[in-house]
Amino acid sequence: MLRVRGLGKRFGDTVALADVDLDVAEGEVVVVIGPSGSGKSTLVRCIDLLEDIDAGSVELDGELLGFRVDRRGVLRRLPARRTAPQRRRMGMVFQSFNLFAHLTVERNVWEAPVRALGEPLAEARARAHQLLERVGLGHKGDAYPVQLSGGQQQRVAIARALAVRPRLMLFDEPTSALDPELVGEVLAVMESLAQERTTMVVVTHELQFAREVATRVVFMDAGRVVEQGTPDEVFGNPRTERLQTFLQRFSAAS
Amino acid sequence: MSRPAPGAVKAPDPAPATGVPDARDSRPERRPWLWVAWAVLVVLLAQLVAFVLRSDRLELSVVGEYLFAEPILDGLVTTIALTAIATVLGTVLGALVCLARLSSLAPLRYAAAAWIAVFRSVPPLVQLLFWFNLAYLVPVLSIGIPFGPSVGEWSANDVITPYTAAVIGLSLYNSPYSAEIIRSGLSAVPRGQLEAASSLGLPARDTFFRIRLPQATRIILPPMGSQVISLLKGTSLVSVIAMTDLLGAAREVYTRTFEVVPLLIVAILWYIVLVAALTAGQSWLERRFSRGY
Ligand SMILES: Nc1ncnc2c1ncn2[C@@H]1O[C@H](COP(=O)(O)OP(=O)(O)OP(=O)(O)O)[C@@H](O)[C@H]1O
Ligand SMILES: [Mg+2]
Repeated sequence: MLRVRGLGKRFGDTVALADVDLDVAEGEVVVVIGPSGSGKSTLVRCIDLLEDIDAGSVELDGELLGFRVDRRGVLRRLPARRTAPQRRRMGMVFQSFNLFAHLTVERNVWEAPVRALGEPLAEARARAHQLLERVGLGHKGDAYPVQLSGGQQQRVAIARALAVRPRLMLFDEPTSALDPELVGEVLAVMESLAQERTTMVVVTHELQFAREVATRVVFMDAGRVVEQGTPDEVFGNPRTERLQTFLQRFSAAS
Repeated sequence: MSRPAPGAVKAPDPAPATGVPDARDSRPERRPWLWVAWAVLVVLLAQLVAFVLRSDRLELSVVGEYLFAEPILDGLVTTIALTAIATVLGTVLGALVCLARLSSLAPLRYAAAAWIAVFRSVPPLVQLLFWFNLAYLVPVLSIGIPFGPSVGEWSANDVITPYTAAVIGLSLYNSPYSAEIIRSGLSAVPRGQLEAASSLGLPARDTFFRIRLPQATRIILPPMGSQVISLLKGTSLVSVIAMTDLLGAAREVYTRTFEVVPLLIVAILWYIVLVAALTAGQSWLERRFSRGY
């Protein structure tokens, strides 16, 4: 469903991504792990068109994202307004939630379906309410984001991303900004999504989650995909030294 | 919320005598300087009141006589109208200039920067005089194709009245400030908010009007309020181009009656009332736009 080929991205002199290939099939839960600065966030941000890519290509359901091929066969970068329909097919959950601070929780969820998909307001509100129930926050629709705990805000953010019926959900360290006791409630929601076979790419440092929920684990280092496989392969039998060091440091820390 | 009566504040239940310190037995810390400050304030106020009551030059009766006199109220209406029109036009112009400054098209950005540089450099008094005397520079105003045929022509002398000159001058003077205030508000909206909107595939228009602008408004309002208040006071300059605003009306009266100070006090009182009204409006708006923060 998602196909990333030769993806490259640099920030000035820093190479954030170099020649990254990644395939995600329908219903897969791909967990991306790796040390800080290895390019995990940059990868999901490039997929979600939040960064302009420098090399390679990203395709979703066979459609090239962020570019078009014009009549003469020249590749042209699409302006932001033309990529909106493509972005709608991916839902992104940010480390810092990024809920719209001036809108109520419920409106955070229905704003995009109404404005972007043209859903009738009543329908969109009903669905927003359903989605909020589903993340356990049906009673918080009228609250403003500041009035919620971090874990609750992140669950709203998940509901908001789901509201545009994305084909693919992207998570960039969704629990890293949370107090330890709030991490579980967010992971539980993500796990329930995985059980319903939502296609997901998840960047996280929660290795336990990766072990239990991932269909595939991708290990990145220095902007490259170094190793990937099932959780058993990656955690049970790391082949590269870099992954071994990473896992050792991690188990030592926890 | 009103404060509870003093009786309710003082320990409702005395703490049981256990020998352990108990917050219920505490009293507020002594604050001797508080009383000194109050005393100084009261003395100063008393002096002011005594000065006002004793002074025969203040002529409070004259103040009372003219406060609601018709020429003064006419001038007041002119001041309010000028402030309102120049605020609206200046803000609309400022918003356009600001959008041009943030545009991806370089010529628009340069034009906006030049606009801001020019209209912010020229003092408001000079602008009023300049626009009032526009007919000397451009005797005929015309609309049409640049360097080509024109669609309509007007004599500048007919178009430029004191009123239009005042509106043009004040709006133009106001526009660069509005532009910069709006720009600082728009740029202060956290990037994550815009990323979330674009990630949801919200169309650019909706992202701007439903996410960016409402959040920027919260940041824009306080400086914009000060700007409107300065503009209100700036309207007092229009008397140099023969317009009868609040100050102009007061001047017209005192050049006849020589009651200069009482009439200036009439004008001062009205300016204070107007600014108080603007301030109230501003805090109401600020409260409305700070929901969720
Ligand atoms: N906006 C930016 N400007 C400049 N450099 C950037 C930017 N974003 C990322 N980088 C650089 O790109 C590299 C990859 O960053 P990225 O955020 O993708 O890492 P990460 O794997 O998500 O790390 P972490 O686990 O700390 O979130 C880093 O060296 C980082 O400094
Ligand atoms: Mg990151």
